[in-house]
Amino acid sequence: MATVTLKPIKTPELIFEGYSITPDAFAGKTAQQIAGLTGHEGKIVTTIGDFFEVSGNAGETAADTDIIINGDCARVKYIGSKMTAGSVTVNGNADMYLGGWMKGGKIYVTGNVDSFCGIQMQGGEILIDGDAKNHVGCAYRGDWRGMKGGTIRIRGSAGNDIGTFMLGGTIIIEKNAFIHVAPHAEGGTVIIKGDVEGRVGGQMVKGDMYVLGKIKFMMPGYQKVGTVEKEVDGVTQTFDHYIGDLGERHPKSKGQIVYANLYLKAAA
Amino acid sequence: MPKLIKGVGCPYCGSSCDDIEVLVSDDETKILEVHNACIIGNNLFHHANDPTRPKLPRMRQPDGSMKEIPYAEAVDWMAKTMLNAKKPLIYGFGSTNCEGMSAVARIAEKAGAVLDNCATICHGPSFLAIFDNGYPSCTLGEAKNRADVVVFWGCNPMHAHPRHTSRYSIFPRGYFTQKGQMQRTVLCVDPRETDTAKLADHHLMLDQGHDYELFDAFRTVLKGFEIPETVAGIPREKIKEAVEIMKKAKFCMIFFGMGCTHSDGRNHNVDAAISYTRDLNEHTKCSIMAMRGHYNIAGPGQVWSWQFGFPYCIDLSKGSHAHMNPGETSSVDLAMRDEVDCFVNVGTDAGAHFPIQAVQHLKKHPFITVDPNFCMASEIADLHIPVRIAGVDEPGVVYRMDNVPIQFRAVIKGLPGVPSDEELFDMVYERMCELTNTQPIWLAAKEDRKYPQNPAVS
Ligand code: SF4
Repeated sequence: MATVTLKPIKTPELIFEGYSITPDAFAGKTAQQIAGLTGHEGKIVTTIGDFFEVSGNAGETAADTDIIINGDCARVKYIGSKMTAGSVTVNGNADMYLGGWMKGGKIYVTGNVDSFCGIQMQGGEILIDGDAKNHVGCAYRGDWRGMKGGTIRIRGSAGNDIGTFMLGGTIIIEKNAFIHVAPHAEGGTVIIKGDVEGRVGGQMVKGDMYVLGKIKFMMPGYQKVGTVEKEVDGVTQTFDHYIGDLGERHPKSKGQIVYANLYLKAAA
Repeated sequence: MPKLIKGVGCPYCGSSCDDIEVLVSDDETKILEVHNACIIGNNLFHHANDPTRPKLPRMRQPDGSMKEIPYAEAVDWMAKTMLNAKKPLIYGFGSTNCEGMSAVARIAEKAGAVLDNCATICHGPSFLAIFDNGYPSCTLGEAKNRADVVVFWGCNPMHAHPRHTSRYSIFPRGYFTQKGQMQRTVLCVDPRETDTAKLADHHLMLDQGHDYELFDAFRTVLKGFEIPETVAGIPREKIKEAVEIMKKAKFCMIFFGMGCTHSDGRNHNVDAAISYTRDLNEHTKCSIMAMRGHYNIAGPGQVWSWQFGFPYCIDLSKGSHAHMNPGETSSVDLAMRDEVDCFVNVGTDAGAHFPIQAVQHLKKHPFITVDPNFCMASEIADLHIPVRIAGVDEPGVVYRMDNVPIQFRAVIKGLPGVPSDEELFDMVYERMCELTNTQPIWLAAKEDRKYPQNPAVS
């Protein structure tokens, strides 16, 4: 395993599009070569070296490359996007598209992330200690094939549009979420440990949602069908089981209509 | 002898009325009377007579005052400023013709700019919903000739599109709707008792910001399932009654406005409306339409989709491809996050429409306004370049809210020396090419283009 350390030395005047900050792009390169990898600031082509001090050479492959960024990246987009293996650790905040289109490997951010974290994700793990803005694990605009696999865990809260058009994988929000959880989803699991304002599972076809807190405004298209015991994130609890969205189309499997499931923690 | 010009298009609201008659002085420089237009359209035409209309560009001086400068100087400054910027933002186009929108695209590509239009603060979410879910729409002619149930959801045409109801939606007598209003049932979904709601047969006064839940309730009822006793503040029985009316319609027409696109959920509200429209088509015919605000705000969506593949929020900074993702490449987000370093406001008033913080961010950098009149954006700009008024002293193609193209005509002669948007942008583009030592690429579709003459067609 080889570790490449980046230290921010300059805040970009606009935004640095750091699409090269991935183990895949770094693999097989020396620190100097990494500093020469390109990014964009507006229409200006810049390099990683313009904004970061790079130390350490990368491993032979993405899988043996760990990237550690020591400092704030609140104005650096696309960190770890499209990565397939290896790891990225950001000791600070990160901007949009963190781990977008990611296929494998691990990303850990100690601070907050902006919107579109894990957009169109296919595999791997993202762990955020802070909050995420909107569109966690969502689909790109107009794409009906959203997140397909992998795990996103946000230790803080998230905004709206969580897991839009999701097909697989798991999203865990440990605190609260705003609105639109798994709209249009056709698979996957979303777990919200805190409260949600509303619109949980609107237009959802298939998939599972767990809400451990309260839902302020329930979708009218969900109906309670029973009470079940379920293990969620290692803890077994009692949930009210709802199915829906009854207004939406639903496929049939073995002669049975498949609905999306909402498990809302039962009142003690 | 004053001349009466018939079949004139009104360049104000999304109704794009094309039955206006304008009486002009015999030297074709003054508008004397305007017939058929509503009060807004009427005023718009008369406004062109204003003797104080700017005739020269004005540049902000070090002491803060504005000084008139020749067009050549303004063109040069605009070209240089846009080339120097890392990421300029060109925004507006609510009120200009498609020729101007097409011409500005060349500048945007050359400058590596973000190209955005007023949809970003208006019907942009509708685009996103349309990407996600399709657009089962029709033309206003179909609405007029067929619709016997009309739903106004989060829009108030009585004020925003004054002749919409009389030309297309409620009052006109159409082929299958010979009895006009008598034959139409009008529903209005709005948290306020607007004048449109007062006109409606049924007003569903929902709790503000709960449109999505209400759409879901409509869909659930339509699928035959039970819903909670009240949804979004509306009793179950009322919802069922409304669904029944729509289901029994021969042709149901849903018009939606900013109440859907700019309350919480935005694109999802429209998305649910589209799903509901599709569901209704299992029972009857149903169609849906966005109440676009300005007479040609559907235009940039058409023109730029054809040019770049995206209707708005088009980031061309990479030079190799267009990138679009509202939330990131949308004007207000770019401004709030300080992601742009030059702002060009064309045919709209960002000064009046944007959140004040966004304008404050934009004002840190060069601010250029291209507009025929004085407005807030022109008064805070570093450079204000006046142009002719599309639809009044400049002809052009416009797209009505139902995406039907209409050729608008000029009714009076333009102010001498004042270019059209298209001419101005072509001049700026040529200057940019000179400055960067590149050959301009003119893909002229029109043979009579005014500036510069295309050697291939002359
Ligand atoms: S309704 Fe709109 S387009 Fe028609 S005359 Fe009035 S402002 Fe002009």
